[in-house]
Amino acid sequence: MMRIKTPTKKRIKRELDKRAPKLIETGKKTLILHGTKTSNVLNAVLAEIYHLKRDNAIKYTKKNDNVRPFESGGETSLEFFSLKTDCSLFVLGTHSKKRPNNLVLGRTYDHHLYDLVEVGVENFKSTESFSYDKKLAPHIGSKPLFAFIGEGFESVEELKHLKEVLLDLFRGEVVKNLNLAGIDRVYLCTAVSPTKVFFTQCAIRLKKSGTTVPRIELVEVGPSMDFVVRRHRLPDEGVKKQAMKTAPESTKKKEKNVKGDVIEGKVGKIYIPDQKVGSVPLPNTAKGVKRERREAKMNNKAHEPAEKKHKEDSD
Amino acid sequence: MAEYEIDLGNLMAFDPHHSFSSPPSSREELVKESLEQGTKLVQAVADTLFILPSTEDPDGPIVTLPPPTTRLPREKPLPKPKPPTRWELFAKKKGIQKHKKDKVAFDEQTGTWKRRHGYDRVNDDKDVPIIEAKMNDEPGEDPFAKRREEKKKRVDKQEKNRLHNLKQAAKSGALPSHIQLAATALPITGSQAAPKKVGKDELQNVAGMAASATASGGKFDKKLPGEKPTKHEKKYRKFLPAAEGSGMSSLEKQQTEKVLNKLISKNSHEILNVEKAVTMYNVKEEKKRRSQKGKSFSSSSKLKPNKKSFKKMPKKGSSNKGKSK
Repeated sequence: MMRIKTPTKKRIKRELDKRAPKLIETGKKTLILHGTKTSNVLNAVLAEIYHLKRDNAIKYTKKNDNVRPFESGGETSLEFFSLKTDCSLFVLGTHSKKRPNNLVLGRTYDHHLYDLVEVGVENFKSTESFSYDKKLAPHIGSKPLFAFIGEGFESVEELKHLKEVLLDLFRGEVVKNLNLAGIDRVYLCTAVSPTKVFFTQCAIRLKKSGTTVPRIELVEVGPSMDFVVRRHRLPDEGVKKQAMKTAPESTKKKEKNVKGDVIEGKVGKIYIPDQKVGSVPLPNTAKGVKRERREAKMNNKAHEPAEKKHKEDSD
Repeated sequence: MAEYEIDLGNLMAFDPHHSFSSPPSSREELVKESLEQGTKLVQAVADTLFILPSTEDPDGPIVTLPPPTTRLPREKPLPKPKPPTRWELFAKKKGIQKHKKDKVAFDEQTGTWKRRHGYDRVNDDKDVPIIEAKMNDEPGEDPFAKRREEKKKRVDKQEKNRLHNLKQAAKSGALPSHIQLAATALPITGSQAAPKKVGKDELQNVAGMAASATASGGKFDKKLPGEKPTKHEKKYRKFLPAAEGSGMSSLEKQQTEKVLNKLISKNSHEILNVEKAVTMYNVKEEKKRRSQKGKSFSSSSKLKPNKKSFKKMPKKGSSNKGKSK
C-alpha cells in the first residue's frame, strides 16, 4: 500500500518545482561562505563578490570548521548546504599560514562536488578605493562582458579551468534578448604569468563615433585583485560527460492564439485591455494653467459659475 | 592584432595571442596595459553586437543574442521523460483526441449556464431530484444510494490508476518533484494476518522484565510515575547461607546431598528400586487373583466398568525411577 504525499500548500509546490531539474536551465545560484579562519582582506573580498552577485547569491556568516573540499570526507557539509539552498556554485574563503587569503571556487552537479579551483588573493583593492564618476557605476544585475587576455588561458591547464569557472560564476542568466543600452560592465582577466591572473571590473562608457558602433572606453571601477592559482581538481570523466549533455533540440513551440480556417485563412484574436476613461490625465486640466482662466483673472472679470461650466464643457 | 575568440552568447572575448614579453615593471603599468588590451577586446565584441539586427524599444535597442558557444556543465541532470499514463495509452490506441473544454457549459436541467467543475456545477450527480424506475430495477433498492456508491467506486478506481501511474513514473525516475510515495501498513495478503498491535498488559510485563534485568534486580532504580511495582520483587537466584549451623542452616549440606545422590544413582548400574519393584509385583499378583475369581462371576463382570490401566507395565530389572529426567 502506497500513499501519495503532496504538499498541502500550492506555494510549497511552486517552490519545489522551481528546484526541480529543467530541460533548459536558468541561472545558477552561488553560496558564499567561509571556513575556520578568515582575514580582513578575505572578508572584504567575499562581501564584494556578494554585492556583484546580489540577486542570485546567498552569503553565510558563520564559521564552518568542517568544510574541507579538497579532502575526501570534507565535502559533505558543502553538499548539504548546496542541497538546502539550491546553489550549484560556491565560494569558500579560508586563511591559514600555509595558504593565506585562500579562495576556493567550486561547482556542484546534482548537489555533489563537480570541480574545484583554489586561488590566493593578493593586492586586493575594493570598490570604494576607486574614484570615478558615479554616473558610470554599473547597475546590479546587468549582464557583464568578459575579456580574457593572455595565451596562458589556453596553454596552462589550471588557467583554462579558472577561466571556465570565472565565466560560470559571473555570467548570470543566459538571455536571448539583450538591451544594448544596458551594457555597462566588463570583467577583465589578464594572465600575467602561468600562475597569476589579474582580475578587475570596469565600467563601459559608450562614446559617440561616426558609425552605429559606439567607441568603447573602460573605466576601472570595481574590485581588483590578483589570483594566484594554487590547487585545482578537474571533474570526474563520467560525471563530466553527464553534465555536459545538452537538452535535445526543442520541439516546435505551439503558436498561441492562432486558429486556421479554410474560408478565412489564419485567424487570431486581438485582446484590448479595458479603457480607463476616468483616470487618464488630460493635458490641460490643471487649474491655473488654462489660458482663459489666467486672462480672466488678470482682467478681473466676475464670471458666473454657469458660464465657467459652459467653457469647460466646450473643452 | 590577431583574431580574438568571441563568444557572443556569453558576451565574452578571448585573446589567445597576447603575451607579456617581460613581466611588467610596476603595477600601474600592468593595469594600464590590461585596460588597453581590454578596451580592444570589448570594442571587438561591441562591433559584432551592434551589427546584429535590433528591435526598437523605449529603453533602447534590443538584439537577439546567438546561443553561447562555450559549453558549461549543467547544475542538475536532465529530466527524464514521463512514461505515458494508463489513459494516454488507451487514448492512443483508440485514437481519442483531446478537446479543449470551456469553463462554462449549458445545464439542460435548469436551463442556465453553469461552470463545469466546482460549486454548483453542470450535471451534478447529487442534483437529480427524481430518478425514474426502470423495468430491471429491484424493488428494495435505493437508487440514490446506488448512485453514490457508483461514484465512490469511480473515484477509488481513479485513485488506484493515479497511484499506478505515479509508481510507473517513479520506476523510470520521472516522478514529479513535489510528489513523494510513502509506504503505509504492510500488505494483508492471503493467510498472513496484519501484525497484531501489542496490548497494554503485555507492554507492562515486558517493561517490568526489562527494568528488573539488572544486577540488583531493579530494586534501586527510580520508578516513573504510574509504573506498577514488579511482580517478582526479589531476585530469582537464592544463595544459601555459607556458614554451617543447625536446623535451617544445614540447607547447603542437604542440597549438595541431593545433587550427589542423583548423580550417583544415574551412574550406578543398580538401577533397580527394590522396594518399588516388590510393591508393583504384589499389586500385579493381586489383580491376577482377582480377575481369576472374577471369571467365575462372568455375568456380573459386564456390569463392572472397564478398568483401563494407564500405567505402563514396568519390566523387571529396569525402571525409570532411578534415571534422572
